[in-house]
Amino acid sequence: MPHQIDLTPLAPHGGGPIWQFALGRTRLTAFARGIQEEGGQLLALWGADDRHLGGTFTLHTAYLSVLGLIWAKTPLEAHAPSYPDIAHIFPQAGRMQRATRDLLGLIAENADDTRKWLRHAVWSDGQFPLRRDFELAQPEAADAYPFVRVEGQGVHEIPVGPIHAGVIEPGHFRFSVIGDRVLRMETRLGYTHKGIEKRFEGLDVSSGARLAGRVCGDSHSAFTWAFCMAVETALETTPPPRAQWLRALFLEIERLINHLGDLGYLGNDVALGFGFNQFWRIKETWLRACREWFGHRYLFDCIVPGGVARDLTASAAAEVVRLVRETREQVRPLIELYEEHAGVQDRFTGTGIVTPALAARLGLTGLAGRASSQAWDARVQFPWPPYQELDVQMALERSGDVAARARVRAAETLESLRLLKTIAESLPPGPLVRALPTSARVCEALGWVEGWRGPVIVHVRLQADGRLDRVHPHDPSWQNWPLLELAVLGNIVPDFPLINKSFNLSYSGADL
Amino acid sequence: MPARIILRQLFKTGIISEPPPAPDPTLAVNAHALNEEILRIFGRAVGVRHVDAGSCNACELEIHAMNGPHYNIEGAGVKFVASPRHADVLLVTGPVSAHLATALRRTFEATPDPKWVVAVGDCAATGGPFGESYACRGRVANVIPVDVVVPGCPPEPKRILAGILTAVRTAPAHRQAPASP
Ligand code: SF4
Repeated sequence: MPHQIDLTPLAPHGGGPIWQFALGRTRLTAFARGIQEEGGQLLALWGADDRHLGGTFTLHTAYLSVLGLIWAKTPLEAHAPSYPDIAHIFPQAGRMQRATRDLLGLIAENADDTRKWLRHAVWSDGQFPLRRDFELAQPEAADAYPFVRVEGQGVHEIPVGPIHAGVIEPGHFRFSVIGDRVLRMETRLGYTHKGIEKRFEGLDVSSGARLAGRVCGDSHSAFTWAFCMAVETALETTPPPRAQWLRALFLEIERLINHLGDLGYLGNDVALGFGFNQFWRIKETWLRACREWFGHRYLFDCIVPGGVARDLTASAAAEVVRLVRETREQVRPLIELYEEHAGVQDRFTGTGIVTPALAARLGLTGLAGRASSQAWDARVQFPWPPYQELDVQMALERSGDVAARARVRAAETLESLRLLKTIAESLPPGPLVRALPTSARVCEALGWVEGWRGPVIVHVRLQADGRLDRVHPHDPSWQNWPLLELAVLGNIVPDFPLINKSFNLSYSGADL
Repeated sequence: MPARIILRQLFKTGIISEPPPAPDPTLAVNAHALNEEILRIFGRAVGVRHVDAGSCNACELEIHAMNGPHYNIEGAGVKFVASPRHADVLLVTGPVSAHLATALRRTFEATPDPKWVVAVGDCAATGGPFGESYACRGRVANVIPVDVVVPGCPPEPKRILAGILTAVRTAPAHRQAPASP
């Protein structure tokens, strides 16, 4: 497998351990199977129209392996671009293949599920928005989508969404139930598809970084960092050390505030309003502190190509350390409360289970994966600067239920607090930005960052004039949404909000 | 044991809710004469229905934050409701994705009169970085009439609350959604 292949390190001096190579169409299946046999996973699959660069179409795949991230580029034919289906090896490829068909017309041969995915009725089959010669013509008359139907006595369907009763993102869930038990749940997404990938084309890198940070607003720093890492790697530069440390500070604050918010909501969903109010009070304290230290509650646009736009003053660094201590004191009893509260444990334990075997088979990733024994965390196994110096401890659980996902969040909350203290105390001095060199040729790279939800990957290709040619942002929700459908099976419908919240997947990040 | 943790924490925390912000007339895009009758009816309690029309989800984070203990929105008479049929105000976030334009229009139509639309965030105000494209209709006002715009990316909770309070202290202007493009 990988050792028989000519892998080139993407960035010998910067970035994480990312390897790239050209993978012929005929070897795609064998390679994917080899990765799987060694315990790896498919992280992302996307395509590109390279005809304006004298090429054809390219299928890109990114795999997580013991070596790190392997980025394979498979050239396809210009006239009938197709490739062998890999969803039968990595089921998580299914929706990515369908989206790649909708957006670019690249076809997975012999795939089981050939339904559209991101396309509703706005453009019709045969029009491909990410092709360079795309022009919006007639929309389809109606958005017909064949849901899988469950038949039999006593089965009935409950359609929910796309607009929900609560404050959540839009998507459609179709439950087939018997009595109160879920027999099947099918998700239909794509409602928030707003043409982000097309929007990147031709932007300058600063505007690109701002847009990348708005692919998925709760993972702003993860996406902006991954985007900037890709740009910097493509241009063969690295940000100054202080900027790398500050980026890690931003990323860990982002992880912390998302975990605090979710722990609060998990309490709320089991009628423990106390948990919600306490965790959200602490979260709000951090948001206000971020506003004061960095000018933005969610750290928007603090990471820029070449470095960072905001510094941490010495007095603010002392404040970080103080707030870390205070937060730890306040969070610990709350975690203890969740562990000991009979009502909470009764609702959390055994609810929404994804077994480790199923998680491995279907590629469950990120924090949800770690709650089902999938021991991957790029900060731990493949640390990129400055994580080599931070010695991150991985949180791991194996019961795969709501309780396990809550415990992973709790452990990562405490670990992020520890990291924040270390970073604030050991920020290296020096400049915040290094000017980007120019390249004068087309160049491309990947950025890879372990966001709070899971691995975030951004592919960036720059034109010779330094503008963006192709950008593909990948959110881990792509892999995890199908597992949510399985986690709810056999559970009662009223537990769905709780199970859903325990994953807290992104709609915008995967609808693009 | 759990009860002890709760009590200890409650005593330590005390009351942290803050007073609501004043309405801000500069946020209103349709300035109308104050309608005393409507104010009398709605000025004290208003049902809000949130609609994500294609947001990145950070505007939602601030709406959630507004529901947290610092802001005490129910004390200001603002309550989130589950159906447009129970709503006085539609709080719309995001640029309007083409895939949600119809759902947004229907939600507007399903909301009984009198009603107000508050567009929350730069995307809702202008289309933001997503603009108008094959998949995106841009600002909310391109799809349904808007009474109040709260800029910001995302706007802070206090501004969103001020936007809601500004809306209900202004008479709504219009009843019709523009025809489908
Ligand atoms: S205004 Fe900003 S935070 Fe709100 S949806 Fe748009 S990009 Fe996201």
